[in-house]
Parts: sequence; structure tokens; C-alpha cells
Amino acid sequence: MKNVLMIAAAAMLIAASVSTASAMTLNAAGATFPYPLYSKWFYSYAKQTGTRINYAAIGSGAGIQQIEARTIDFGCSDAPLPGGVQRKNNLFMFPTVGGAVAMAYNLPGVRTGLKLLPSTIADIYLGKVRKWNDPEITRLNPGVNFPNMPVIVVHRSDGSGTTNIFTWFLSDVSPAWRQRVGSGTSVNWPVGLGGKGNQGVAGTIQKTRGAFGYVELAYVLQSGMTYAALKNKSGNWVYPSLANAREAASHAKIPPDFYIKFTNSPGKNSYPIAGFTFMLVPKNLAPAKAAAVKSYVKWAYTNGDKDALSLDYVPLPARLKTRILNELDRQVK
Amino acid sequence: MAERLSRKKIISPEKIFMGMTAIFSLSVLLISALVVYELFSASEPTFHKFGFKFLITKDWDPVQKVYGALPFIWGTFYTSFIALLIALPVSLGIAIFLSELAPAWLRSSVGFLIELLAAIPSLIFGLWGLFVLSPLLQQYIEPPLSNLSFLPFFTGYPLGLGFLNAGLLLAVMIIPTISSISRDVMYTVPANQREGGLALGMTRWEVVSKVVIPNSRSGILGAVVLGLGRALGETMAVTMVIGNTPQFSLSLLDPGYTISSAIANQFTEAFDKLQISALIELGLILFVISVIINAFAKLLMFRMNRFSGGARI
Repeated sequence: MKNVLMIAAAAMLIAASVSTASAMTLNAAGATFPYPLYSKWFYSYAKQTGTRINYAAIGSGAGIQQIEARTIDFGCSDAPLPGGVQRKNNLFMFPTVGGAVAMAYNLPGVRTGLKLLPSTIADIYLGKVRKWNDPEITRLNPGVNFPNMPVIVVHRSDGSGTTNIFTWFLSDVSPAWRQRVGSGTSVNWPVGLGGKGNQGVAGTIQKTRGAFGYVELAYVLQSGMTYAALKNKSGNWVYPSLANAREAASHAKIPPDFYIKFTNSPGKNSYPIAGFTFMLVPKNLAPAKAAAVKSYVKWAYTNGDKDALSLDYVPLPARLKTRILNELDRQVK
Repeated sequence: MAERLSRKKIISPEKIFMGMTAIFSLSVLLISALVVYELFSASEPTFHKFGFKFLITKDWDPVQKVYGALPFIWGTFYTSFIALLIALPVSLGIAIFLSELAPAWLRSSVGFLIELLAAIPSLIFGLWGLFVLSPLLQQYIEPPLSNLSFLPFFTGYPLGLGFLNAGLLLAVMIIPTISSISRDVMYTVPANQREGGLALGMTRWEVVSKVVIPNSRSGILGAVVLGLGRALGETMAVTMVIGNTPQFSLSLLDPGYTISSAIANQFTEAFDKLQISALIELGLILFVISVIINAFAKLLMFRMNRFSGGARI
């Protein structure tokens, strides 16, 4: 009996070690923002090809640390790594999918569609505009009855890619913000309350009268919050929507290290607060695993857009996908 | 004969048992030592850069890479202090009622409910604080308080989130701990002491204040320390309602930040090595604070027992 068990165990070990690309397992970790979409992609991909991808949504920082230490096969980060850091760690980085950030508020009697200039948003977050009936806000919204109420600024308290995109945007539109605060996944906020996660910020806004904050588009749409229309670089008033964020992404400048940023993007209907989330692959990954990663990315780019749109993510422009796939082939052997 | 020999070779079960329990208890020491070592070595970069200035600096700026712990230390102490201020009288009231005054049928059912309160996950408390308590505070409780803004404790705009909300929430969370331990300690006061008091013509109140409480003082202190420990280290619930703003403020209406919520908020997405190190040093500070508080409580209990010969737990 014992021998039978031993043989069975040995057979399983051998089977596991000689598994080919058709029954491969990849391990990945990192960003939480794309996780709902990734898990759907991974599931469909495993069903179609047999390649399983285990993903630990432990946060971008931890994902970067793990891929630098090579304890996983690829990492995911909401904020991009600069080209120098990619080279130092021998990593190839590229975007997978994007998201848009809405400016939500809770003002009794005011519906969705408050018009706000990007510079006004920066002034609110700098603490220069403190009341809802400030001329900077009322001037653009005739007919709206603004209460004499302080603007309760809400931001993310946890480090996050959403904050990175939002502070990129503020730095683009306000020199004062760029100088005093700057951009990053967490910054030193001049004013405001911190909520943990999108649900923390969304909850704080919904439960606090006079609150104003940035929330991922998906949360805003699903929880029925009121949100602002912003004036984009071309001078048009635009709502946060997948179509407008896609247009913004199509105008993105693409540097060779794929450190792509498209906040305050040109284009007629481009929504100004949007960005991508990124994937990090070691250039010296074992050949079998490299092949598996490549075929997964190709599959996701070809078949993943429908899932992305249904979950309120912004798919990459086709032109960018082709370029990434070429570079992926060239740089990850 | 053969049986005797083999029995001699085997180490006696007593000794094996002793050895095993000794190993288990030593492992606690070993784990604590490893924790301290890890915290020290991982916080080396910030200690090297900022030294003891880290403890008194107010800025926390991951973009400029400047880190200071003062607002977090302050927030941790202030919220715990508010919580104790509210929870201590309530808990003592509960304990006295249950051990001295309540009829037997009420005793067990109320006691059971209080212990149930302790089993609610802290995230649930946090969500309740955010979705139920904060609008109540913002609309009905904080506006009248803000009329007292000549006092430094009530300045600022009613936000619903901040020190007051966090303190109240923590109070609710530590009341079960403090009240159930205090009640158990009061139960241990010998019945003949109470009867003696009554025989001397004491009222109910005099029995409680002159017999029961003095006898259980050190136990109550132990309960308070346990409650304080929970308040100092509580993470999720506080993170949801404190407002997460690193500032040094006396006002109950202002938002703040605590050590454990800073770690919970920032650790997973911290990119900069110095930020990670600063967060770990915050953890070290929290560890040192709890060691000091426990040592202080032990000392106080020791002195109390020596001078009054009270009941021990």
C-alpha cells in the first residue's frame, strides 16, 4: 500500500515538472485596481488554453518588490516605473488597460453636471477655494443655487494609482500644485480628509454634505454619485466616460520605455483625468514562461476589450497594442 | 527485569512535558526578540537620516521624502485617551450593575450580549462609524459643539469624521473588554466581605465603593490596560473614521491620523524605500509605547497589591 502511494506521488511530481506550455502555471502579484478585470481575463484564459495564472492583489508597491526579487513571474503596478528603474532591474514594462477618475460631490440640491475648470479643482485641493459659493465655482454655473458651505475635500489615504493619475493631472494644470505638492501614489495633501480605498472616499463623499473628491469612474457609475463635467485642453466641457477616456488615450504620447501619461490630453472630447495600469515582465524570464506570458498578453489584447468595457475599464488603442506586442517579442526572449 | 531496564531508558513523561511547555513559553520570548530585531534593522534608513527628530517632526511628504511621526503618535494617544475617558465610567457601571445589583436572570443574558459585542469584527465597527455615526455627528452633534469654539477642543468645521468619531468608536470597542474583566474581578471579592459590610450597616453604595472597588482595584487596572492596548493598536475601524490627515490638533472635530492606520494605508503601495522604512519605524514606536504602558501598569499593580493587599487576577 505504501509503495503504491509513493509511486503515485512520484508520478504526480514528474507530471508537474514536465508540464508543457499547454498546462503551465504563472504566478503574478501587484496592483489592486485592475484585479476585477484581470481575474476575469485569467479565468477565461485558463479555460481556453489551460494556462493558469495565480494573481495576488497585494498592492503595486509589493508587486514591484516581488518582481525585483524575482519571486513571481510578472508584476503589476498602477503607477509606471521610470525607464532607469526598469533597466536597473532588467524589466520590460507596458500598459495593459486604463481607467478614468471622476470628480464626485455631495451638494444637496445640485445634480450631476456641475462645471469645473481644471484650475479650480487645483485651487480647491490647494485650499485656495474654500467655499462652494466662491466666484470661481459660481461664475461657470449660473442658475445653480450654491449653499454657503465649506468644500470638504476628500482624497485617498492609502497609496494608490488613482492618486498618481489625479496628482499628475493637478501638476499638469497648476504650476502652484506642481511646486508645492507634486505627484505620486501618496502625497502631502495641503487640505482635506483621507478615505481608505475607492469605497472609503466614495462613502465619505456620500455621507458628508459639502464633500468633494476624486473617485474611480466605475465606483461613481455603480453607486449613483453626482459628478462634475470638466473643461478639457481643447476647451470643451466633457463628462467622465469610457468613450471620452478612450479618446484621451488615443492622443497619448508613447515614449520607448512605455512610461505613458495622458492626463490633460488634447482631442475634442478627451476626458482630462485618466491613465493606464502597467505590467512588469523580467527580460530574462525562463523561455517557457516567457512564451506563456507573451501568448497571454496577445490573447488579452485580442479578446479582452469586451470584458474591460463591461467592467468600466479603458482598453488600449489598437496602434499601441501592436507596438507593445512587437517590443514584447523583441525584448523578452 | 527487562521491563525495569527499558523504563529507565525512557525519560520520564513528566520531564518531557516540562521540556515541551518550556519550549512553548520560550518561543514567545524568541518571537518578541525577532520582532524587535526586524523592526530595528528595517527602520535603520529613516533612523540614519532623521535620528530622533523623526519623533518630533510634523511633516509627512512621500514626494519630498520627508517623514515625521509626531501627528501619528499624537493621534494614537489622543484617540485612545478619548476612548478611555468615555469607556471607563460606562464599563465600571456595567460591571457594578452585573456583579452587585442585577437579578440573576439579567446577569447572564446582559453579560452574554456584552461578550458578543467583543466578537464583532472591527471592519464592521468601521463601516458603522462611516455610514451611520458620521452623518449623525456631522448634522446633529458636532454643530452644537462647534458653538463652544472658544475652547480649543471644539474648533473647526463639523465633518463627522475625526478624533470624536474615532474616540467614540474605540470606546464602544473597548467597553466589552473592560467591563467583562472588571465584572469577573468583582465576582471574586469574597461574599463574607460584602456581608461584613452590610452587617456593619453599610448601604449598597457603601459596600460597592468601600468594599468591592478597593478589593478589585488592581484587576480593574489590568482591564483598563487591556482595553487601552486594543485602542492603541486598533487599525481598520479607526482608519475608516479618523479622516487620515496627519496634523497635530486638540480639537475633537478635526481629522487626525494614528500609527496603525498610517501603516495600513500606506504600506502596500509604498514605492520609496525610505517611506517603507519610516512606516516600519512607526511600528517600532507603537511597540515601544505598548511595552512602556504595560510596564507602567505592572508597576502600579505591584505597588497597589503591596500597600492594600487587594485581590489579584
